[in-house]
Amino acid sequence: MSRLVVGPFNRVEGDLEVRLEVDGDHVQSARVVSPLYRGFEGMLRGKDPRDALVISPRICGICSVSQSISAAEALAAAQGIKPLPNGQLVTNLVHATENVSDHLTHFYMFFMPDFTRDIYAGKPWHSAVASRFAAMKGTATQDMLPPRAEFMHIVGLLAGKWPHTMSLQPGGVTRVVAPHEVQHLRALLSSFRRYLERFVFGGPLEAFAEIDSLAALANWASRKAGDLSTFLQISRDLGLETLGHAGDRFLSFGGYAHENGHLFTRGLSLGDVPQKLNTGLISEDISNAWMQGAGPARHPFDGETLPDGDMESGYTWCKAPRLEGLPAEVGALARQVVARHPLALEMVANGGNVEARIVARFLEIALLVPQMERWLSKIRPDDAFITHADMPDHAEGAGLVEAARGALGHWLKVENGKIANYQIIAPTTWNFSPRDASGQPGPLEQALVAAPVQKGETDPVSVQHIVRSFDPCMVCTVH
Amino acid sequence: MSGNRKNLLWLQSGGCGGCTLSLICAESPGFLTAFEAAGINILWHPALSLETGREASAIIDDILSGRILLDILCLEGSVMMGPNGSGRFHMMAGSGEPMKDIIARLATKARHVVGVGSCAAFGGITTTGDNAVKACGLGFDGELKGGLLGAGFADESGLPVVNIPGCPVHPDWVTQTLSQLSAGEMRPDDLDEFGRPHAISGTLVHHGCSRNEFYEYKASATRLCEIGCMMENLGCKGTQAAGDCNKRAWNGSGSCISGGYPCIACTEPGFEEPGHPFVQTPKIAGIPVGLPTDMPKAWFVALSSLSKAATPKRLRQNAVSDRVVVFPKRKKKGSHR
Ligand code: SF4
Ligand code: SF4
Repeated sequence: MSRLVVGPFNRVEGDLEVRLEVDGDHVQSARVVSPLYRGFEGMLRGKDPRDALVISPRICGICSVSQSISAAEALAAAQGIKPLPNGQLVTNLVHATENVSDHLTHFYMFFMPDFTRDIYAGKPWHSAVASRFAAMKGTATQDMLPPRAEFMHIVGLLAGKWPHTMSLQPGGVTRVVAPHEVQHLRALLSSFRRYLERFVFGGPLEAFAEIDSLAALANWASRKAGDLSTFLQISRDLGLETLGHAGDRFLSFGGYAHENGHLFTRGLSLGDVPQKLNTGLISEDISNAWMQGAGPARHPFDGETLPDGDMESGYTWCKAPRLEGLPAEVGALARQVVARHPLALEMVANGGNVEARIVARFLEIALLVPQMERWLSKIRPDDAFITHADMPDHAEGAGLVEAARGALGHWLKVENGKIANYQIIAPTTWNFSPRDASGQPGPLEQALVAAPVQKGETDPVSVQHIVRSFDPCMVCTVH
Repeated sequence: MSGNRKNLLWLQSGGCGGCTLSLICAESPGFLTAFEAAGINILWHPALSLETGREASAIIDDILSGRILLDILCLEGSVMMGPNGSGRFHMMAGSGEPMKDIIARLATKARHVVGVGSCAAFGGITTTGDNAVKACGLGFDGELKGGLLGAGFADESGLPVVNIPGCPVHPDWVTQTLSQLSAGEMRPDDLDEFGRPHAISGTLVHHGCSRNEFYEYKASATRLCEIGCMMENLGCKGTQAAGDCNKRAWNGSGSCISGGYPCIACTEPGFEEPGHPFVQTPKIAGIPVGLPTDMPKAWFVALSSLSKAATPKRLRQNAVSDRVVVFPKRKKKGSHR
């Protein structure tokens, strides 16, 4: 048995360390360390509740909009209001822009460069992949950055800037959208669609979104058009569809609210079998986190965050969120499994894996961009975009949304008009949670078990694929 | 160092990564092109580089041992000093060492040290509340000189820490400041008292704001989403905050004001603790407390009562509407007065 410490584990958002026990040619067990603590929950205590819309987005620069929307929903719940229909549509457009752009950033800048490594030099695909996907220098990044930046003009127009907008409020948005602006947004979307269909998918978005089986997916890959098929071919060569299985308990808070629910449904799934979700049974265990406190794991409404500066017991700043005492995987794959997309369901039939996590993100891009076009046409420019309400002196509310990386929750308690408690559980808090009181590892810790380690490897490449398949966001994880 | 290329190392500590993500949105040109044109070679960046784990640590070791020359050290995020001065709130992954110590050692090797974003410059959002984690900037702790590197810090060319403020930074502020440094053209005189390039802080957010006409007549918005000036009621600090945000578009066409919400002065030290709710202007006897930095209060009071009395109906009504409801009237051609 030997030990490996992998860090700084980069091309993830924030700082990450992974500690491995290696038995010969594979990982025997893993511990995930989140090494940075900033303490947003403590900062928010005692503040005017509206200040959450300034402070909480700054938890994370990559899913800032998701943080804003979580905070806005928690405030709205406490005020007993809902955003006006126009406000919800604009919120969804801004949110989808962030999420789609995050999926692209992840694929091109964080995930793909690992296949350019020398360890794959003997592979027939290596030289083409190395010039296309080289970190910073590859043609793929150069092709992606300008259309991505232009796509973000949607947020610039609707929400002022990215990241860290304050336009997303409990009752809607702070800016109306005029008819000519709707037309401009439509043009931005079609420009972005053209890029996606030409370089990324190599075909129409709708056709990809309709893929309903692994066989049809293999067919798509065999056309050898677009960067996605390049990935699928590499994946089949390396067996990424068998790598990184994490327990298959998939949780989604539901993505993109509308009047009667969500575009991607809220729920829980054990493998492909739907389960009843009771968010009241979420708790955070701190047995292996550098946190003070005792007693059983608490629901976030009653949660505490008291860092233990001596870092005496435990191995990470990350708490361990559990649902009914069990870990859950969150993210695009979980979201599409819970939403019962046929391809997602088939992909997890033999267990969630690296390939499935990547493909699920592309399913979402292919579903969301056409959906954004539909949302645009539902905007009624003559109507109001926001409603206002006062905050009661005593209230509580939760904001449960789906960030690019999965389920994000803000739980707010207001007393005497001020924030009395504010607890946040971010997607990567779920995925990269440490062991809990009963010794159950978190999803990534599970997914790394049995990962192959080649002779002489100090930062095993299989571990890199598995870790990055979750698209971790470490600044959110601990916050 | 190869030829005239300047080596840049980018590190992240107590921040959100949003400054890097803002940078990635750079346009005309994109940031990679801008760096290339400026002869900047990225030795390592936590979000962008291939090297991970031992490969990444090796680059840092090579800088510390002098095998690689470091021209520009950029830090994004605050320096984490707590708990009890130990820096354990951020131990650099894989190193077992507090990040603050690694940053301090690298700073002695770098020809220039740059704080990217208000976190690295002043402490920023991470210091909100009672700053329980004892975060600070590289060269400042809020408004006070000091921070990690101390009040007397100067690089070999006599520059203090060069601070690119903002939460997040505008991508152009980063590419332009780094290009100027790379070209060896940044002089101490180019920086203001907070180490910010005058190129950024010489303009106020208020300059070029589309609501200037409302401001002149004190025609004020009362609630978010109304198009009047947000200074009187909604906490706008545009008249006191550094930045050309309303002259240089964000993400194509945006700015905080064009998005419909007030400037919170995120480019200024201490913005995170305004002493009042961010979207509410504190007032004493009905007069906003935070007046334009260089305007005497008596003037303001006199001017604003005068201009309020003279506010045209168009501005009075539009100010409290979510869109223009009264349009400007044009004089017909040929009509005189
Ligand atoms: S200055 Fe703001 S955007 Fe930049 S790292 Fe700090 S919190 Fe994030
Ligand atoms: S809204 Fe702010 S920046 Fe714009 S005119 Fe008023 S005070 Fe100036």
